[in-house]
Amino acid sequence: MASFRLNVNGQPKVVAVDPATPLLWVLREELKMTGTKYGCGIAACGACTVHLDGIATRSCVVPISLVVARPILTIEAMAEDPVGRVVQDAWVEHDVVQCGYCQSGQIMSTVALLKAMPKPADSDIEESMGGNLCRCATYVRIRAAIRSASQQLEEHKKR
Amino acid sequence: MSAATSAANQLLLDRRTFVRVSATLAGGLMVSLHLDLPLLAQEANAAGSQSKVYPPNAFVEIRPDGKLVIQVNRLEFGQGIQTALPMLLAEEMDADWSQVIAELAPAADVYKDPIYALQMVGSSLSIANSFQQYRELGARTRAVLVAAAAQRWNVSPEQCRTEASVVHGPGGQAARYAELAEAAAKQAVPATVSLKDPSRFRLVGRRVRRLDSRSKCDGSLRFGLDLDLPGMKTAVVARPPVFGAGVKGFEDNEARRISGVHDVFAIPLIRGTGVAVVADRFWTAKQARGRLAIDWDLATVERADTARLLTRYRGLARMPGKVATSRGDKMKIDSFPASDRIVAEYDFPYLAHTPMEPLNTTVRFDGDRAEAWAGSQFQTTDQAAIAEVLGLKPEQVTFHTMMAGGGFGRRATLDSHVAREAATIAKRFRGTPVKLVWSREDDVQGGYYRPMHVHRVEIGVGPDGMPLAWRHVIVGQSITAGTAFESLEVKDGVDSTAVEGTVDTRYDIPNFHVSAHHPTVNVPVLWWRSVGHGHSAFVMETLVDELATRAQADPIAYRRKLLKADAKRLRAALDLMDEKSAAWRTTLPPGHAAGIACHEGFGTTVACAVDVSIAGGRPRIHRVTVAVDLGVAVNPLGVESQFQAGVAFGLSQLMAKGAITLKDGRVEQRNFDGYTPPYIVDAPLAVDVHIVPSGEAPSGCGEPPVPVISPAVVNALTRLTGRRYRSLPLVTV
Repeated sequence: MASFRLNVNGQPKVVAVDPATPLLWVLREELKMTGTKYGCGIAACGACTVHLDGIATRSCVVPISLVVARPILTIEAMAEDPVGRVVQDAWVEHDVVQCGYCQSGQIMSTVALLKAMPKPADSDIEESMGGNLCRCATYVRIRAAIRSASQQLEEHKKR
Repeated sequence: MSAATSAANQLLLDRRTFVRVSATLAGGLMVSLHLDLPLLAQEANAAGSQSKVYPPNAFVEIRPDGKLVIQVNRLEFGQGIQTALPMLLAEEMDADWSQVIAELAPAADVYKDPIYALQMVGSSLSIANSFQQYRELGARTRAVLVAAAAQRWNVSPEQCRTEASVVHGPGGQAARYAELAEAAAKQAVPATVSLKDPSRFRLVGRRVRRLDSRSKCDGSLRFGLDLDLPGMKTAVVARPPVFGAGVKGFEDNEARRISGVHDVFAIPLIRGTGVAVVADRFWTAKQARGRLAIDWDLATVERADTARLLTRYRGLARMPGKVATSRGDKMKIDSFPASDRIVAEYDFPYLAHTPMEPLNTTVRFDGDRAEAWAGSQFQTTDQAAIAEVLGLKPEQVTFHTMMAGGGFGRRATLDSHVAREAATIAKRFRGTPVKLVWSREDDVQGGYYRPMHVHRVEIGVGPDGMPLAWRHVIVGQSITAGTAFESLEVKDGVDSTAVEGTVDTRYDIPNFHVSAHHPTVNVPVLWWRSVGHGHSAFVMETLVDELATRAQADPIAYRRKLLKADAKRLRAALDLMDEKSAAWRTTLPPGHAAGIACHEGFGTTVACAVDVSIAGGRPRIHRVTVAVDLGVAVNPLGVESQFQAGVAFGLSQLMAKGAITLKDGRVEQRNFDGYTPPYIVDAPLAVDVHIVPSGEAPSGCGEPPVPVISPAVVNALTRLTGRRYRSLPLVTV
């Protein structure tokens, strides 16, 4: 057991856990933030994607001891995030979700993509989203929602 | 539109059920359905319970603020039923859709499927079987509201009309449903109600967005795995490395040394025994499980092995099995010379469902009653199994239906093994909720797969290129033998879930003979989205395409010619697909080919065309055009969405790593690195869905997208490479 000071969605948090505990389980079980999902535990499905220092990261394989003070952003902060909100709205507009379990991760990967690359080509979308599994396979609508969010952000900028 | 819908316009209540209206404490209206049976499970929970208390038998509640809460008698796990059933109720009620809140109903007799005596999701039947039920409930609710308004204004109900949760009177009076609630609660519920003519539908048939979207996009929706109750513990189980094996002994000192571990103990499983670890946290429990040293008794269990099974199945396929269907002369095939005969042997591996949300169930045992939380497709049997393990009656177990992260059949278990494990563990911790979690590895290696199959088909081809004789042998484990579903599904030794899609083919083939072998194998099997249709449609549609090629015929024209005269709905889907895809099919760039398939199953007909090229040794799917006839499309947006994603799901069986294999009894894959469902790059780039206009009674759309896609893709690949693909998954193209 060790104590860790974290910065989660702009809030300081302190947790006492085994240093090997993955960030995912600290979020879900210590901080009770269950929007970030467990799907595989081996960084193969992307359901646990969060932003660590602004980079889309699979939280299921990042031990808490390596996180230190780096800012963590989770799905719970996306409604207040200027890009996150646009992406969420595009998801709702395009009726993307089915079971919905993977969509926190899909949205986190999309927000990271659009922050780094506001106008991604189809190949960029496939590359950035390539590790996010949707077992319902809602990919056609995910693509459409990403394109739509990208366009929305472009229009916001012009205004 | 109209046939089925207007036929049901005058309805009588089932003798065993009646609708009751009552006032809520808050001053709203409650519409509930009652059976002539006691429903102890619906009584309010003991004081101090953390969970919600369900109003008895409620289907509809009108709250004083105008919100309309509708109970959904099915699990929502992606298929959109939580939106579609409330649409039907709101339609007949003329409710304001923006005020609708849908909730997943707990286990109770009133929420059982009106046709099956089970609360369940399966066979894509939810809309088909609850279409009339939800419309009737909506119409009766409207009737008491109108009666209350008519009484208030001293007019006749016939003089009133309703729209958007408001009753309008003949003299310009208007009253909101919420303000009529108290008076409506005193009205008699009519025994018969008139349902709307479909031409008057305002909501049904419109593209309506899902009710659960926002909460699934902002992380606020709680799935079963997200449940957090005060004092809750989490359990994981070490299960035998070979199905059915038992624990000889185990060493748990290392495991118990981890802080947060509460207990480690052996438990009975449906097959064999295992070791349960109970801890404060999942992560802790999983770490502790990894430190157990377990001595398994593997001597007495059969060690299934894919390679050996394949040899055995291929041998069986050369012998006639139990007759599934036989038309004409079954020996006719033997009269065809080799040059006029196609002989094809197919093999399909075990497939895991791997829903995104790992399996889980939470149980709290309180001695004389219990509470359970699970995303279950079979609430009735899971509730009964938990009760049995705890020595209770089913009605003493309050069973909460949790939103589930996918399922595809995996949450419709015939032996309730997950529920039983959870109850077995929770029984030792009276008063403490225990959440049992299957890790992804537990899921991939845990069995309950779509059975492995071999099909062997011999076809005698006539001078006109049409099949004149067809002898088909299917080899695969029975899913339902030895279960409560056996009497329903197994006839004359043939499990219908293995031969569906073949025996009921809509093609007109004389001298048609299908038989089946159901070997017993030590691998648990289960229905996997589209069940038998998933492999049978692949066999039928690749062979029909081969016949068309051999006859040098257009694959759509050939199918039209071969279809039975009465296959009207499949023909309608084929025609619509032809029309909508003709433009792109005739202008394909070099290196692309079109593939065609059509199929009927679950009462729904589907035809699809795919545009495929080969990139990096894999099929690249540029476009899919799907046409579907499913009767009345309650929510066309939901149908479109199910088909767009469902066809991509159907590609699972073509994935290079799309197989579960066993070596000497042990499953060789562990997680998504070894067993890989379709990712975005594997999915079609575009899917356009076209619905055949219809007024017929609705059928489902959960499973029907799955069977057509893989034969269509493979038919396109064959056109590109000249190769036949009869062994799945597609390891190489």
